[in-house]
Amino acid sequence: MSVSPNNEQTDTPPAQLNEKPGVFDNPRNVQRLLYIFYTCVILLFATDLIYHKHAIFPWEDRFGFYSLYGFVACVILVLVAKYILRPLVMRKENHYD
Amino acid sequence: MISALPPFLLLMVGALVVPFLKGKIRNSWMLLLPVVSFVNFLLIPEGNHWVTSFFGHEIMLGRVDRLSYIFGIIFHLITFLSVLYALHVDDMVQNVASLIYAGAGIGAVFAGDLFSVFVFWELLTICATFLIMARRTPAALGAGFRYFMVHVAGGLCLLAGIILQVQQTGSAEFAYIGLATPASWLIFLGFGVNCAWPLLHPWLTDAYPESTVTGTVFLSAFTTKVAIYALARSFPGTSELIWIGTAMAAFPIFYAVIENDLRRVLAYSLINQVGFMVVGIGIGTALSINGAVAHAFNDILFKGLLFMTMGAVLYRTGKINATDLGGLYKSMPWTCAFCIVGAASISAFPLFSGFVSKSMVMEAAALGDLRFVWFVLLFASAGVFHHAGIKIPFFAFFSHDSGIRCEEAPRHMLLAMGITAALCIFIGCFPQYLYNLLPFPTDYQPFTVSHVIAQTQLLFFSALAFSLLLLSGIYPAEIRSINLDADWFYRKGGRLFYGIAERSFNRLNSWGDQLFVRRLPTALARFFVDPVDRLHTLFVAPYYKMIGKDVPADDSGRCERSAYPVGGGVLLAVLFLALMSFLFFL
Repeated sequence: MSVSPNNEQTDTPPAQLNEKPGVFDNPRNVQRLLYIFYTCVILLFATDLIYHKHAIFPWEDRFGFYSLYGFVACVILVLVAKYILRPLVMRKENHYD
Repeated sequence: MISALPPFLLLMVGALVVPFLKGKIRNSWMLLLPVVSFVNFLLIPEGNHWVTSFFGHEIMLGRVDRLSYIFGIIFHLITFLSVLYALHVDDMVQNVASLIYAGAGIGAVFAGDLFSVFVFWELLTICATFLIMARRTPAALGAGFRYFMVHVAGGLCLLAGIILQVQQTGSAEFAYIGLATPASWLIFLGFGVNCAWPLLHPWLTDAYPESTVTGTVFLSAFTTKVAIYALARSFPGTSELIWIGTAMAAFPIFYAVIENDLRRVLAYSLINQVGFMVVGIGIGTALSINGAVAHAFNDILFKGLLFMTMGAVLYRTGKINATDLGGLYKSMPWTCAFCIVGAASISAFPLFSGFVSKSMVMEAAALGDLRFVWFVLLFASAGVFHHAGIKIPFFAFFSHDSGIRCEEAPRHMLLAMGITAALCIFIGCFPQYLYNLLPFPTDYQPFTVSHVIAQTQLLFFSALAFSLLLLSGIYPAEIRSINLDADWFYRKGGRLFYGIAERSFNRLNSWGDQLFVRRLPTALARFFVDPVDRLHTLFVAPYYKMIGKDVPADDSGRCERSAYPVGGGVLLAVLFLALMSFLFFL
């Protein structure tokens, strides 16, 4: 299999390349994106106040159930993966060689 | 009699012509095959076709009903898209294997009896092994070998089940089986290997990321989905599947978070998505089976798309580990955009394809009051966004700038990715076209206000967790490493077995060598230097001593006249005749 026949990669760090900086090379753009994202998050959280849910389970009606569940689930996911699973299963790349 | 051909035939026969073609003619031929095969498929009316007899059992190569029909459509679609994506590949092995592989997948779906299913099942294994080994790296050869061994074991399990089933029921029909007899358990397990059930799954995460850039795209579409079809056909409503599927949806996401190879991350998320389908089949209601089948349809597209984008990254940069990539949005903006569409689809964002099918399975679980299952699936939904939705595009195209500058993916790859991405959005916006194809009629409404807002909240807060963990430095850094999985048991266990076998059998061998090659011939040689004299001292003399007579000196010249051998021969003949008469009169 021919991997990367047109490979033009270079080891030069990006700062030395003569090119237009990308959108996210400017930290202000990243900040701006994050602010937009945080605003969306807050607005979404607040929508629970204004609409009526058609829930199957009773707890789905609780204020902010889905928001909190999504957040907590992912934090638990990352913490378990990092502090429990990784020490158990991580090995060097040549483990099976 | 109908004028069309069996649905798998054109792809398979057409594949055999590919080695004799070159350049543009080969490309057109390969693109044309799935199209012609699709037209042929559409000409087949609903019903049972190509029925013949085999040792008194019915062989059926074309059972077209609503369940097989939708798989026929998606399999043809993804074959065309994958061939388009793989148009640059000049490797005859891959080109032939991929088309026969697709044909085998289609064949298995339309087979109406268990024998044909088994034949196509094994054909899938063989072609997939070629597609994995075609990368020709030591890692790929090893993974391909392990893939083959695991699937052969699964296939034998299936075959044993089929033979028992046919013995017991007298019918080889591929229909509802249900878990009852040992035969049905064997078939169930045989399907389970291809479906990548927990502990049986590591062939998938081991082999798919080692395959070629284009091979993985084909692989991701067929093997597991054929297994899903088989389960939906034979074991709908089997409650064991609910728990198996729940485990499948949950455990891979933990691995996906710490995995460095981005195609392996996708392999884990493939198991996670198949878990949703398995739960749907296990619940067994019309809504849940519809959800499982619709999700299989969508998963083939968005998982194919994600593997295509990561394949394009690997093709252009030669790298696939998150530790080596980053900042590629500048070099590969289109690939980046298509990847985000795939990521949004697998994460089930409203207006993307995953949303309209995953929600059916979730709702079926809720309506069945499966609370624990529902919570785990919701956890898995948030988790899949975390690892497949954010991690894949983020570490490949954004994150820190790796300094890699490469060309955008080739035009045919972009076209394949573009069409697939468009389909993901189209199905997400107009799900009724997909719903009309489902096995059971449905008027399911995915776009209720509660549902859309709930899902968006879940995903945005999952993204919020990712951002905050990343900014605070808690998010686990990508590390060059591998993670042990259930394949440890046979990779290390295989070595242990080899060690034990080596020690015990080699010892037996050297013992045999000592005895039969060295000692025994030496002893015999010593005996035959003077056999008559030896006979005299070893047998005749002790005999005379035993009966209390004097040992006769060999004064009569018996030794010289070879009387002993003649006497010995007579004795053997008498013993032999005695034995024969004993056996005869017994």
